Amino acid sequence: MEPSTKPVLYSYFRSSCSWRVRIAFALKGIEYNLVPVNLIKDGGQQRSEQYSKLNPMQQVPAVEIDGITLCQSLAVIQYIDETRPGPCLLPVDPKARAKVRMISDLIASGIQPIQNLSVLQKVGEEKVPWGQHFINRGFQALEPILKETSGKYCVGDEISMADICLVPQVYNAERFKVDIGQYPTIRKINETLLELEAFKVSHPSHQPDTPANLQA
Amino acid sequence: MHLSSVCLAKPVLYSYFRSSCSWRVRIAFALKGIEYNLVPVNLIKDGGQQRSEQYSKLNPMQQVPAVEIDGITLCQSLAVIQYIDETRPGPCLLPVDPKARAKVRMISDLIASGIQPIQNLSVLQKVGEEKVPWGQHFINRGFQALEPILKETSGKYCVGDEISMADICLVPQVYNAERFKVDIGQYPTIRKINETLLELEAFKVSHPSHQPDTPANLQA
Repeated sequence: MEPSTKPVLYSYFRSSCSWRVRIAFALKGIEYNLVPVNLIKDGGQQRSEQYSKLNPMQQVPAVEIDGITLCQSLAVIQYIDETRPGPCLLPVDPKARAKVRMISDLIASGIQPIQNLSVLQKVGEEKVPWGQHFINRGFQALEPILKETSGKYCVGDEISMADICLVPQVYNAERFKVDIGQYPTIRKINETLLELEAFKVSHPSHQPDTPANLQA
Repeated sequence: MHLSSVCLAKPVLYSYFRSSCSWRVRIAFALKGIEYNLVPVNLIKDGGQQRSEQYSKLNPMQQVPAVEIDGITLCQSLAVIQYIDETRPGPCLLPVDPKARAKVRMISDLIASGIQPIQNLSVLQKVGEEKVPWGQHFINRGFQALEPILKETSGKYCVGDEISMADICLVPQVYNAERFKVDIGQYPTIRKINETLLELEAFKVSHPSHQPDTPANLQA
């Protein structure tokens, strides 16, 4: 019975972490049901009692899949990679895998959590300088790393979890008015990836909950 | 040829005694029985040795840990841990079952993305005067989420009855929580698992109180 049930993704259109999972589903060709969670309305729908049962961190994304509920985007992505056919989202070679995880974690631990909504809400008035500071710090580190690891994509010439993390983080950077021109390798890889269908179909401007004025 | 000497060379771990991220890697090395050379990086002295030009070449994020292993340099503790798990024998640090693996990663990431980065040194240095309330807030928020998750996933350890990367992340985070005077008594499952793990040799030998760079007044 379970395998025929589509996964359910709880997502906000411009949550970068939700976008990562949407990209992964698209790359793997997995159909899913999307339940929008508006992080601003009603005091933030992620704080509802019902949603807190799904994700006690009160964050998006959360995924119901194969009878379990998973949170943390990279845990979800690696789970679907390990259980679904389609292009591998991590390389086979252990050193290359480690580089993919290192880049993914630099973004998913080293940058995004420090500039996400719940932290910004505590920062108060200095939200934009705060976000710029930590994104720039992360990108200043990521740029030389990618110079060394990248081919066509973040690690060599195969799309990986690192690319899945990169594009939404560049989107965040642009929202904070970070000048991506300072990071030519990041910019180039981002542009290459944005041409791909999986990154387009999952883009924040194309989601069921994208406000009309932000639709592409 | 340098290849054979590289494979036989011990890994080098750049570590600070009470960096929770460094401690995670020390635990993993201990669980796997891997000998390594430890190079201390003092995060406070000299304006923070992690900011030196030399160290920045190893880790441009200017953070610990960094590891030189098998001819490459790796940063990000969970990338290091999974690399050594995939390349070294010894007890597996992630379960075989994909759903259990996902739960291990979920718990690990809840800590390593959802809590620690928000209360680490570089963020606290920007927070200014309200460091302790800031740290308490985000650790409590994370532990309030982690407690019900662990109630569901745990057996003897975080996920079932086998030690995993989730346990490796938990103990150092509880140590951080105690430094911020968070009352762990509010989180009985976290507390119980932490106590169980602290009895194990790998968690003792890697403890911040027993490192080459532990200051005399903080040694056990």
